[in-house]
Amino acid sequence: MSVPVLSAQNIGKSYGSGANRFDALKGVSLDIQAGESVAIVGKSGSGKSTLMHLLALLDDPDSGTLLVEGTDARKLRGKEVNRLRNQDFGFVFQQFFLTANATVLDNVVLPLKIAGVPPRERKARGMAALEQLELADKAKNKAINLSGGQKQRAVIARALVNNPKVIFADEPTGNLDTATGAVVEDILFALNKDKGITLIIVTHDIELAARCDRQIFIRDGLEDTTESGAPRKRHAGAHAGAHA
Amino acid sequence: MKFIDIVKTAIANSFRSKLRTGLTVIAIFIGAFTLTITSGIGTGVTSYIDTQVSAIGAADVLTVSKSADSTSSTTDGPAAYDPTKATTVSLGNGSRPGTTIQALTAKDLTKIEKTPGILGVDPSVRVTPDYIEYDGKGKFEIIVNATATLTKADLAAGSQLSNASTTDQILLPTTYLKNLGFTNAKAAVGQTVSIGITDYTGAQQEVKATVVGVQNETILGVGAGLNQALTDTLHAIEVTGAPAGATDSYATATAHFDVASTPAEITTIKDDLAKQGYASQTVADQIGSFQTVINVIIGVLNSFAVIALIAAGFGIINTLLMSVQERTREIGLMKAMGMNGGRVYTLFSTEAVFIGFLGSALGALAAVGVGSLVSNILANGVFSALPGLQVVQFAPSSIAIIIGVVMLIAFLAGTLPARAAARQNPIDALRYE
Repeated sequence: MSVPVLSAQNIGKSYGSGANRFDALKGVSLDIQAGESVAIVGKSGSGKSTLMHLLALLDDPDSGTLLVEGTDARKLRGKEVNRLRNQDFGFVFQQFFLTANATVLDNVVLPLKIAGVPPRERKARGMAALEQLELADKAKNKAINLSGGQKQRAVIARALVNNPKVIFADEPTGNLDTATGAVVEDILFALNKDKGITLIIVTHDIELAARCDRQIFIRDGLEDTTESGAPRKRHAGAHAGAHA
Repeated sequence: MKFIDIVKTAIANSFRSKLRTGLTVIAIFIGAFTLTITSGIGTGVTSYIDTQVSAIGAADVLTVSKSADSTSSTTDGPAAYDPTKATTVSLGNGSRPGTTIQALTAKDLTKIEKTPGILGVDPSVRVTPDYIEYDGKGKFEIIVNATATLTKADLAAGSQLSNASTTDQILLPTTYLKNLGFTNAKAAVGQTVSIGITDYTGAQQEVKATVVGVQNETILGVGAGLNQALTDTLHAIEVTGAPAGATDSYATATAHFDVASTPAEITTIKDDLAKQGYASQTVADQIGSFQTVINVIIGVLNSFAVIALIAAGFGIINTLLMSVQERTREIGLMKAMGMNGGRVYTLFSTEAVFIGFLGSALGALAAVGVGSLVSNILANGVFSALPGLQVVQFAPSSIAIIIGVVMLIAFLAGTLPARAAARQNPIDALRYE
C-alpha cells in the first residue's frame, strides 16, 4: 500500500481556554490517498472546516499527528510548510477571495508571484490555466466584473496554476446557483479524473458529497462512522431542505 | 515572492485607495516642501556669503582688540583708575550705538607683536574722507569699506587692491559709477579720482587715487575699498596738526601670522593673546559667527518642518493600519498560499516607504519649482541691489538627504502596521467578514 498523501492520526483542535474552551475537533483519524476525491461532510459548527484547515497545514493540531507523505508535519520547517502550501496545495473558497480591483490574470498568477516565478512564465502559465477553464477572454477584466460562476472558475484556475497535488475546496458551490454549481463541480471532478489531482471537498451539500469517491461525516468534532460511506436518501432530503 | 514583485505590488496597493493615500501624501508633501525650502534658503544664503567673501584673502590675519572684560566686571563694580591705560574708543559703524571698547596703545601693539607666532602687527586706522570726485563732474559723499583689505572683492571689472603697492589705489562699488560719471565698470578702471579729506586743523586737502577695480555691492561692507597705501596717505593728512599722543590709540589692530599655520597653532596664538587680555578673531571666525546666526535660524525652520513630518508619520501609520484592516482577507490568502510573514512585512513596509517617497519627491520638486521662481522674482526685484543673490538655492545632495530622511520616517511609521499584517493568522484572516 502506498504512503497516503495526507494522514491524520487522532488529531484534535480546541479554541479558547478554561470555561470558554471549545473543542472544535476531538480526535479524527483518516488517510487520504493520492488521486482520491474525498468529501468532508457536516453541518456548520461540526468541525469540518477545522479539519480541512489542519489537513491543509493552515493551522496546527493540539493533539494527534498529521503526516504529509509520511513526514510528521510538526517536523516541517516554516519554509517547507510555505512551499507545500504554495506548490502542492490549491485552495478553492466559497467566498472566492479574489482581489476585486485586480485583473483576473493577476489574481490567477498570485501563487506564482509568491513562488517567485518570473513575469513572462507567470503570464504564460496563468493564461494556460485560464484557457483550461475557458476564461482566457476575461483575463484582462477586473475580478469584480465577473459573474459568480466565472469568479469560481477564476479561483479554480488560481488553485491549478501551480499544478498542485491536492486541491482543497471549501463549499465550492455554496455561493452559486444550481446550474453554475453543477458546471464548477464538473470541472473539479474532471481535474480529479484526468489529472489525478487529489480532491478534498468540504461541504454540507450531500449531493456534491455523493459524487466523491469517499465521504467522511463529521459531527460535534468526531467522525460519524455510522453515516460515513454511501449517503442515505433521507440525509439528502434533509439537507436539500436546509439548503433552500 | 521576488523583491521587484513586492515593490510593484506595494506600489499598486498604495494606489488602490487613492483618496486615503493622496491625503497622507499631502501631509508628507507639506513637511518635505518646508524642509526643502528652508534648506534651499540655507544653501542660497550661505553660498551668497561665501561668494561675497570668497576665497578669504587674508587667511593669515588676526583682528585683535582688548578683551571687554578687562575694563570692568558687572559684579565688582568699576575698576580702579589706571592713568597708564588708554581711554576707550568708539567702534565704527556696524557695532551697537554707543559701544566703546578699551583702546589699544603703542605699548599694547608691542606686547601683541612679541606674542609667539605673531609676525607683525599693524594698528587698524579708520579714515573718513569727505568726498570723491571724478574729472570735475561733481563731488559725492564716500563711505569707506573698512574690511576691504581683509577680503577679496567680488569684482565686476579690473583687479583686486594691492596692499604691497605704493600707489594709492581705490576699489569702487558698482553703485558709485553712474553718479561719478562713468558709463560702465570697464570705463572706470585705470581712471584717477580725487578724494577730499579734512585734516586735524579743519583744512580740506585733496588726494589722487587710481581706480584699480569695480566691485559688486557686498553685504559685509558697503562702500569704496582703499589699499594700505591710500589709507596711510589719508590717515597722515587726517592727523596733520594733531597734538602729540592724541591719535596714539586704536580700536583694533591687525596681527599677521604664518599663513601655513595649522588651526591648532592659530588656537594657541589666540589663547596666548587671550591670556594677555586681548581678544582676537581670524576673518574666518568673524564670518563663522555670522553664519552661525543664519544656521540657527535655518535650524529652527527645519525643526518645524521635521515636526510636520512626524505628524505626517502618524498619518502613514493610520493609513496603513486601515489598509491592513481592509486587506485582512487578502493577507490571509497570501499567507495560505505560502507567503511568509517576512514577505508580508516587507510588502507593507515598502508601501509605507513608497508613500513617503511619493510625498517627499513631489514636495521637493514643488519646492524647487516654487523656490526657483520666487528666488528669480526677488533677485530681479527686492534684491536687485545685491547682484548675485539667489535667496533659494538647491543642492542635489541635500534634496536627496531630505527624501531619504522622509523615507526613513515612513519606514519607521510603517513598522507597526506591517507587523500587524505579518502576524495575521491565515485562518482568522480568511474567516474575517
